[in-house]
Amino acid sequence: MAAAEGTRDEEKAKLDDAFSALYRAHLRDVYSYAYYRVGNHHDAEDLTEQTFLQAYRHFARAQEESKGRPLRPWLIRIAHNLAANYYRDRSRRPQTPIDDVGTLSAPHTTEALVESRQDLERILAGVHDLPDDRREALIMRFALGMDNREIARALDRSDGATKVLLHRAIKQLEEIVKKAEGPTDPS
Amino acid sequence: MTDRVADFESLLRQALAPVDPPAELEARLEQTLGSLVGMAADELESWELSAVKDPKNWIRLARPVAAVVVGSGAAVGLVLVRTQRKRHGRRREARNRVDLVGRTLRDLSREARRVVDDVF
Repeated sequence: MAAAEGTRDEEKAKLDDAFSALYRAHLRDVYSYAYYRVGNHHDAEDLTEQTFLQAYRHFARAQEESKGRPLRPWLIRIAHNLAANYYRDRSRRPQTPIDDVGTLSAPHTTEALVESRQDLERILAGVHDLPDDRREALIMRFALGMDNREIARALDRSDGATKVLLHRAIKQLEEIVKKAEGPTDPS
Repeated sequence: MTDRVADFESLLRQALAPVDPPAELEARLEQTLGSLVGMAADELESWELSAVKDPKNWIRLARPVAAVVVGSGAAVGLVLVRTQRKRHGRRREARNRVDLVGRTLRDLSREARRVVDDVF
């Protein structure tokens, strides 16, 4: 009896360690996803917190079912579902996080910096104008660096459908941005 | 922006740069996960009400009880922290003191429901 309890405690400790590793590896991913999804830091913090609490509750089963595959898509799927509930509950759309645009790493002249910043703002505003599934796919690809297979698992789609979704999302975004820039000078 | 159209994906990558979580969130999450969920989950599973009658099990049963007490304390703490974090918004939106108290109570009850949903 005591031996069985000891084994269970050991298993529990192993599971907790694995969860800590998952948490450390993907806190930034979940936060980035949440931030671009809800558009402000306050709600992104809440969403991140809830995602990890939910993940902990179902971690043992997820680990078993993943059969060694990475758990990031599962984690992002939890955040995705929670974000969907967030909008349903509060019936609101994401806000555009304009304030945080400007994480440019290379040195720029003032004029170039302003121009780049405007480009990024237009792109970000465009991302938020996309249909939900296209916006999600772009966030996963470009903010989190997920590959097609991971995105497919997170969105519960086939690899092929995900590839098409990403292609269409980029195409539509380009059109939105072009429109936002206004007519170009023909000369 | 014509010369950059070809590099649209690179711009997109810059626009959607990863965002670092605030250090405060990391600390809070680690504390919450460590104390609240980590401690109570397995202990609660082995809870057997019938064993309460047997004095031999009292010491063993004290462990889940302690876990519940610690877990409840942490849950209350989490509700208070979350409610406290929204205080500026409440103050900004409240019309007067009575309205502020009403809003605080509503936030408290909403956060309590959320913590119960999250954990139990």
